[in-house]
Amino acid sequence: MKEEIIIAGFGGQGVLSMGKILAYAGLMDNLEVTWMPSYGPEQRGGTANVTVILSDAPISSPVLDTYDTAVVLNQQSLDKFESKVKPGGTLIYDPSGIHHLPSRTDITVIPVDAMGASIELKNSKTYNMILLGALLAARNIVPVDAVLRGLKKTLPERHHHLLPLNEQALHKGMSLVK
Amino acid sequence: MEEEIRLMKGNEAIAHAAIRYGADGYFGYPITPQSEVLETLAELRPWETTGMTVLQAESEVAAINMVYGGAATGKAVMTSSSSPGVSLKQEGISYLAASELPALILNVMRGGPGLGTIQPSQADYFQAVKGGGHGDYHLIVLAPATVQEMTDFVALGFDLAFKYRTPAMILADGIVGQMMEKVVLPPQRPRRTDEEIRQQCPWATTGKGTRKHRNVVTSLELDSALMEKNNERFQETYKRIAENEVRYQEYFTDDAEYLIVAFGSVARICLKAIEDARAAGLKIGMIRPITLWPFPTARIAELGKQVKGILTVELNAGQMIEDVRLAVAGSTPVEHFGRMGGIVPNPNEVIDALKNKLSVNL
Amino acid sequence: MTREEIIRPENKVYGRPELLMPVHTHYCPGCSHGVVHKIIAELLQEMNVADKAVGVAPVGCAVFAYNYIDIDWIEAAHGRAPAVATAASRLNPDALVFTYQGDGDLSAIGTAETIHAANRGENIVIIFINNAIYGMTGGQMAPTTLLGMKTATTPYGRRADLNGYPLAISPILASLDGTCYVTRQAVHTPAAVRKAKAAIKKAFQNAMAKRGTSVVEIVATCNSGWKLTPAQSNDWMVENMFPKYPLGDLKNVEPQQ
Repeated sequence: MKEEIIIAGFGGQGVLSMGKILAYAGLMDNLEVTWMPSYGPEQRGGTANVTVILSDAPISSPVLDTYDTAVVLNQQSLDKFESKVKPGGTLIYDPSGIHHLPSRTDITVIPVDAMGASIELKNSKTYNMILLGALLAARNIVPVDAVLRGLKKTLPERHHHLLPLNEQALHKGMSLVK
Repeated sequence: MEEEIRLMKGNEAIAHAAIRYGADGYFGYPITPQSEVLETLAELRPWETTGMTVLQAESEVAAINMVYGGAATGKAVMTSSSSPGVSLKQEGISYLAASELPALILNVMRGGPGLGTIQPSQADYFQAVKGGGHGDYHLIVLAPATVQEMTDFVALGFDLAFKYRTPAMILADGIVGQMMEKVVLPPQRPRRTDEEIRQQCPWATTGKGTRKHRNVVTSLELDSALMEKNNERFQETYKRIAENEVRYQEYFTDDAEYLIVAFGSVARICLKAIEDARAAGLKIGMIRPITLWPFPTARIAELGKQVKGILTVELNAGQMIEDVRLAVAGSTPVEHFGRMGGIVPNPNEVIDALKNKLSVNL
Repeated sequence: MTREEIIRPENKVYGRPELLMPVHTHYCPGCSHGVVHKIIAELLQEMNVADKAVGVAPVGCAVFAYNYIDIDWIEAAHGRAPAVATAASRLNPDALVFTYQGDGDLSAIGTAETIHAANRGENIVIIFINNAIYGMTGGQMAPTTLLGMKTATTPYGRRADLNGYPLAISPILASLDGTCYVTRQAVHTPAAVRKAKAAIKKAFQNAMAKRGTSVVEIVATCNSGWKLTPAQSNDWMVENMFPKYPLGDLKNVEPQQ
């Protein structure tokens, strides 16, 4: 098993931390993982992206040409990464702010209204967990349980009261993918 | 602390590894893309556990001279920086080498020259392996390709530095500094006691104590005849290092018709390209120098006789290629493919370079 | 009286400090360095701290200080002695770490290291020999060179419009929270030597008691660089240096009882 994922959006949308939670879930599931961010000033408001690779074998390049799955959260990222999804791969995007819809037909395209769902949950910080839930529903990479165990391990004790909300967001996201 | 499996950035792993090695001191100055080293150390507060000193210096110049001062007293001390900051440290590194002091220096390279960019680069190869400061000296230069190697090379670097009484450098790049991977952290080693240091480093300026003779750490010798003797001693050390400490990893070299030479995280990008090329039936192999100095000259010379051509892939304009060409001494064509200024090539570009530069038919 | 009758332990009034190495120094006759070295050697012995002492030598005339005082020494790169001392002291809290620096080393190339070590309150002693000139390299202008003073690089006299003003560094160091003791002394008369010795003693005590950074500036002569005889140099120093660099304590934070 090997899954090569790009997550891309604006800085501040939780792109890097979503990748981190996914990578940590992979670790919990005894997979090899790499998490390679775009780094630097981009983190503050510009575009941000992270490549996450999960594999049951040692991982060679952390830098990729193409991806099994892309999660894109703004128009620039969609424009940049739609063409880089492998044929037969998956593209998940949040339609809010997207004017030019994806056009490929050789991949599975899944719109996920994570913005709307986070408003329903009355917490904008659930945004990236909703998307992660959608990703897990679309691509059976790691069990939800591994994500929760990873979260519990990485979140400082003082934030553990947020765990139920995160779990709720994950399931919300999963329910958005039919 | 027991052995532990964690997910972390290369820069964070350096901090954890330094504490667990039992390092005595870290002195650094913030610069992207390696500031996590100092930040992680500050977060972990080793001065409350192992007693390790962590100090944010006023400059890279001060930091390397703190390393010099700490190393002179026999302590296991280190600094880290990125390219522009490492340029500032060169004077101090030359003094460390000339005073035969063990120390560990991490360079998480970014694109230059000048202030350049903060994105990954390998353009400090020459500076690291040819002696970036003044005078005839070498550093032991280790090039990690994974976060695990970032971790492991802290101990290796310190051990080699103390074994040969010479500074060692971990020459990393922004990729391996910034990426997160699974890493096995070694168990905690105790810091050496002052008594152990006095025994193991009889040259250390710890205060004369019960020693019969005083110690002086200096690189100054105005008598040229004696200074030449000093140089001969340094060269003797470098010869022993070159004979005993060459490290490299080979991939698919058994039947290779073409060879890639790449170091650090770029070697992993090349490995992916090789996997793809092999799937298409092409016999490409790779050698990844782990020690950039001493360089795996002998093995590359052997492989040079086996293959039809060699491609070096580097994040620079062609630096390591000079050492590869020296190694093969014209026995096979050696070409270079590189990206500069912080651009990282993807595996397809490496395959294109094989086609275009070595006329490999895909 | 015979020679044997005179040379008896009970008649001894002065001796070479044991810690001064039995070698000729490279200092010019009349230079202040020799007196300051002797004071340090005497104090390290009298205070019984020679075994704990680590000196950090500069680049400048005192570059060979390590050849003259029989303790552990580290020879620092030009100006970096306070950074070197910072680590030596922090990693060896029981050691008595001091730097010995001239005006070029401390107040030109090493200004940053000096100010930041003092501002961190490192438990070190900085001994600062200010003779307003670069002695070792042949008498060039130092930051502390007085206006009008002729040096190899100000052959017509230092001019403020060309070379800036003489830099008084001790008041800057006294203004920092990390320093506990900043004083300016000289060694041109027996009385001054006694005062300078008391000052360096206090500085060493401060370092051993971990009270922060102590700075002892010695306003000094350089008869070779100044192109005067040693006696003329002392007079010239009193007349010209002291008005710009007046002697006395600039800061002395007494220990809390």
